[in-house]
Amino acid sequence: MNDTVNPRDWAGQPAYIAPGYKSTPLRGPTKPLIKLPSSLSELTGPVYGPESVAGHDADLTRNGRRNGEPLGERIVVAGRVLDEDGRPIPNTLVEVWQANAAGRYIHATDQHDAPIDPNFFGGGRCATDAEGRYRFMTVKPGAYPWPNHHNAWRPQHIHFSLFGPSFATRLVTQMYFPGDPLLDLDPIFLATPAATRNLLIAAFSLDLTQPNYALGYAFDIVLRGRRATPMEA
Amino acid sequence: MPKHRQTPSQTVGPYFAYGLSPEQYGYQHGLSSIAGPDMAPPDVEGQRIRVEGRVFDGAGNPISDALIEIWQADALGRYAHPADPRGSNSNFRGFGRCGTGTDPSNRFFFDTIKPGSPDPGQAPHLNVIVTMRGMLLHAFTRVYFSDEADANAADSLLALVPEDRRATLIATKQDGNVYRFDIHMQGDNETVFFDV
Repeated sequence: MNDTVNPRDWAGQPAYIAPGYKSTPLRGPTKPLIKLPSSLSELTGPVYGPESVAGHDADLTRNGRRNGEPLGERIVVAGRVLDEDGRPIPNTLVEVWQANAAGRYIHATDQHDAPIDPNFFGGGRCATDAEGRYRFMTVKPGAYPWPNHHNAWRPQHIHFSLFGPSFATRLVTQMYFPGDPLLDLDPIFLATPAATRNLLIAAFSLDLTQPNYALGYAFDIVLRGRRATPMEA
Repeated sequence: MPKHRQTPSQTVGPYFAYGLSPEQYGYQHGLSSIAGPDMAPPDVEGQRIRVEGRVFDGAGNPISDALIEIWQADALGRYAHPADPRGSNSNFRGFGRCGTGTDPSNRFFFDTIKPGSPDPGQAPHLNVIVTMRGMLLHAFTRVYFSDEADANAADSLLALVPEDRRATLIATKQDGNVYRFDIHMQGDNETVFFDV
């Protein structure tokens, strides 16, 4: 027997070309993908775990401080990284980046006329523990306008990047917040099939909420699982 | 049936640089880089090469906000990962990241070592992830090398690619140890992307 990674859940993924999201028609591949049988190249992958995390990397309210605290509503974002069978994925890196509380990214090309927070960087990372748990402290990102169409605003979101156990399990995604009225207007969120898009919305959690300090949001992430298949002769 | 559905992918967006490749983009306050374009510290054994290229959209314009990631074996074809029982014996981690936003002509580049053949029946190659604003999920491709014609001809995965599209996966050797690999998202020369 030989381990292989489960295929991408194509029915649950956004398509490469989503006309409502106007950057996709010239950027998504148009020819059919060629199915690649799993070999060592796909069953291995970059190994980044707890040794890649230092200091305040997981606390975005601290890792960008210069002379005070960042502005905004402090939040805890935490959850588990699992495979499709519910097995935890331990010791894997979770990278995040986001806008500040005013909806402004520190990135040089973000020209949105909202203030930069000198005490907020907006990037962070942590590694999952033995049970697949991760946890960030940050501030709630603001919504911001983007040029996709007239009066287009991105819902509040945090970008996530994960490796998982192999090259094939890589995931780049975004986490949204419950009750955001912009979700029903957002071509990126809406490009995701209706059956799976709610998996991108965190849940408010009183358990994660720290009294007198920060609201808690729970967000679990499911990566491609693995299965044993007979080895080819 | 699996218990849980996979979390859907979303676009990396235009502002990934300070989160995923901060040092390349000059962000010195906040976060260090786990990986960048320089993949091979001086003590790593192997033939030094540079792989560089541009990413073109369907109108033929170079893309300035793409992120390219590379995963590769060491010079002896071994991956630094527990699933490769041979184990890489060097400090070579095999992972590189480069955004196309720091070079004036929007090139990406990787300074690395030429990989060995990881599997019998496979030619030396780099495994590549391409993502950018305007892609809702990343694409997988591979880089093969133009000076490995015999190994490429015997490669079992290249054989799955229609012959008239194979050239899109082969980096062309330039002067010195530079290989050029342009990625075309669309068009007649659309790069072959894989369902990995």
